[in-house]
Amino acid sequence: MLKRAQALFLSLLSLVVLLPIAGSALAESPASQLNMPQGVTEVSQAAYDIHMIMIWVCTVIGVGVFGFMFYVMYAHRKSRGAVAENFHEHLGVELLWTIVPTIILIVMAFPATTALLKVYDTDNPDIEIKITGYQWKWQYEYLGEGVKFMSELRTSDDEVYGREPKGEHYLREVTEPLVLPVGKKIRFLVTGNDVIHSWWVPDFGVKRDAVPGLFTAGWAKTDKPGTYVGECTELCGQGHAFMPVVVEVKEQAEYDAWLANKKAEAVEYASTIGKEWTAEELMAKGEGVYLQSCAGCHQADGGGIPGVFPAIKGSPIALGPQIGHIAVLIDGVPGSAMQSFADQLSEVNIAAVIHYQRNAWGNDVGDVTQPIDVLNYKQSK
Amino acid sequence: MAHGPATLADGWRAYISRWVFTTNHKDIGTLYLWFSFAMFLMGGAFAMVIRAELFQPGMQLIRPEFFNQMTTMHGLVMVFGAIMPAFVGLANWMIPLMIGAPDMALPRMNNLSFWILPFAFAILTSTLFMEGGGPNFGWTFYAPLSTTYAPESVNFFIFAIHIMGASSIMGSINIIATVMNMRAPGMTYMKMPLFVWTWVITAFLLVAVMPVLAGAVTMMLMDINFGTSFFDAAGGGDPVLFQHVFWFFGHPEVYIIILPAFGVVSQIIPTFSRKPLFGYSSMVYATAAIAFLSFVVWAHHMFTVGMPIAGELYFMYATMLIAVPTGVKVFNWITTMYKGSLTFETPMLFSIAFVILFTFGGFTGLMLSIAAADMQYHDTYFVVAHFHYVMVAGAVFSGTAAIYYWLPKWCGKMYNETMGQVQFWVAFIGFNIAFMPQHFLGLAGMPRRYADYGLQFADWNMVSSIGAFIYGGAQIMLLYNVIATIRNGKPTTEEKTWEGAEGLEWTVPSPAPYHTFAKPPEFK
Repeated sequence: MLKRAQALFLSLLSLVVLLPIAGSALAESPASQLNMPQGVTEVSQAAYDIHMIMIWVCTVIGVGVFGFMFYVMYAHRKSRGAVAENFHEHLGVELLWTIVPTIILIVMAFPATTALLKVYDTDNPDIEIKITGYQWKWQYEYLGEGVKFMSELRTSDDEVYGREPKGEHYLREVTEPLVLPVGKKIRFLVTGNDVIHSWWVPDFGVKRDAVPGLFTAGWAKTDKPGTYVGECTELCGQGHAFMPVVVEVKEQAEYDAWLANKKAEAVEYASTIGKEWTAEELMAKGEGVYLQSCAGCHQADGGGIPGVFPAIKGSPIALGPQIGHIAVLIDGVPGSAMQSFADQLSEVNIAAVIHYQRNAWGNDVGDVTQPIDVLNYKQSK
Repeated sequence: MAHGPATLADGWRAYISRWVFTTNHKDIGTLYLWFSFAMFLMGGAFAMVIRAELFQPGMQLIRPEFFNQMTTMHGLVMVFGAIMPAFVGLANWMIPLMIGAPDMALPRMNNLSFWILPFAFAILTSTLFMEGGGPNFGWTFYAPLSTTYAPESVNFFIFAIHIMGASSIMGSINIIATVMNMRAPGMTYMKMPLFVWTWVITAFLLVAVMPVLAGAVTMMLMDINFGTSFFDAAGGGDPVLFQHVFWFFGHPEVYIIILPAFGVVSQIIPTFSRKPLFGYSSMVYATAAIAFLSFVVWAHHMFTVGMPIAGELYFMYATMLIAVPTGVKVFNWITTMYKGSLTFETPMLFSIAFVILFTFGGFTGLMLSIAAADMQYHDTYFVVAHFHYVMVAGAVFSGTAAIYYWLPKWCGKMYNETMGQVQFWVAFIGFNIAFMPQHFLGLAGMPRRYADYGLQFADWNMVSSIGAFIYGGAQIMLLYNVIATIRNGKPTTEEKTWEGAEGLEWTVPSPAPYHTFAKPPEFK
């Protein structure tokens, strides 16, 4: 019987050894990383350093403790004729293994404190960026620059649900990345709009919770241009895994050009608010906005999810007066998952999506909602 | 009243009445153990769904919405349905036998505390079939995801938590009352078996923190239904308050899970070392110290939430301190084995694996306590790996050890040693394949509770899923071993099943008679 157990054990052991090898041979994905990234900022470097110190301290203690344990398991087994002794107390060693770990911990507290002080050193930034977590996207606002935009996942549902092959940047690509200059100290002010999110860029060593009603601060300063990818790290609903963070760090001149371009876009956009849009233009634009911003909850066919997210198809709001429909989008519905879109979508996009909702999937109100109507409602408040 | 328990031969009615109305600590212990095993299999099934979905990148089997329900229910069922009732079951069976008491001090309350549990879990599980689905906000149910943005079934979830809390509090009061009042003459506190000690301390922790959990869910209930704003910043409340309240319960909770496990291995290692437990009194003090520290470290779960630096430093230092009493326990277990006469039956194998894997989880715990590094680890798979090393390798391995160790005493049959050892190796290897790679995933940047992930995480997720399936299979083997032992195991009647076993439970016949210690035993 025991022979059989041993044979089984050996075959399982070989499985353990072979699995990772087989796994990495099968995959076409980028090389698997085993350790924490060193990253490109002082903070990420500090986290990496203290991480490695801890790993080595634990390894040394572990080798000692487990080494002794395995020696005991080998040397003092009954099958080798070991006879049990009867001691069960020794004040000396008991004090020793209380005091020595305490001293080790006190010594480790010094680098741990230094590293934490670095994380909290958010004073005197060159640039401040307000980051707001939404279900399920990020908004970046360059404070004092008048530049503000949404950053959403660009990977398509078809890739997620296997109807199309997955691209190289699967779940690591966004509509518009956060753009930062090299060599400047940047302070991130992180908050949430609906539920708690958490903004994390491993290469910056910045992970700050985005709590509605609070601001948390983090900072980064790097000399290495490049693209850095992060994630949302606080469970925030069904889109939690689908709101990556992408940051592009550019040389100062490139950054300046990008910022100037963003400002020009904002000016150009302002001129389109007053324009009279046709129903066709709004319908076409509205469908795109709907799929991007509404379909996650209300579904692509406007049917909603019974009991969770109400349908828009045939809903009294979509079929009722225009002003009520605008109010829902601008003010949200307090106490429900329906948030205010006033800061998330432009007036043009809000007008377009309202027009779309009132005239798609059999809804046939037939009226036209203009951006200026949305602006008027906003200003009337 | 010297009648025996009703069996099937007395008819179905009598048999069912026996289990429903029983006040016998052994019957109730058995009920707890079977119930917790059923919950363990259910929570395990949820885990299998999670790992199957994560086998490859992309959504193949389920929608993200249902994935979140699975992670939530897996956590809730494992913590409140599997591990806690399992140890209450062990306490019911063993504490009266270990301290020489005829039964628990409050037998009717004992019956009640068990029989409300199935209702709690029926309510909790039924939410999965409700419109809008079950709880989908993680077992930590952070507001406002669990309040404003929760599915309507959240009210059933809150009710279920209240019932579980009531059950735990009753169970704890019972244990405290039993141990304080019903010890055999001569059994002073410092002579109690360590399992009893760890359970008394656990019971005090439970009585202290379950009301805090009840308070947290009641505030949620008010926020959802009665227009209060405890956790809503727009109404003057604070979402972070929820996390403080939750973790003031939640951190002691993880010690509630692990302390009885410490007690179990502290019984088993001396038995198979044929040598008394080393440093008994320091074990007791270390347990008490861990329990005390568990109340003052809660915010180390919240290092990224934006606390002032003074708070971060305090919680970091306090958390590091936990390593000291925990280290004392590990050193004591190893020194118990030192110069013993060791044999490696299944309970011992599980106990040794417990010491090794729990210590490993302790190392990662120490790493997590360092706030600056935690900024990178927090809410990644590194944390998932850490707490599965302490919770699964801690509580589940020691629970399994306890089953093999006391099964002959419970049913008077000996399990098959080969089958036991095979099950151990499958569990040990499967566990490590499942959870070791999760450390790498977390360090490489994969957040927890992700329904889908980028291609760079594909390899280790696949390995981890394969390990999880193996580990799941090991639990089916455990179920088979237990049933096979009860039905066809080799009968054993000797009082002392294990050569090196000490304690009053080994002075009664096997299987333990329905009523034991009608007269208090003499304890030297």
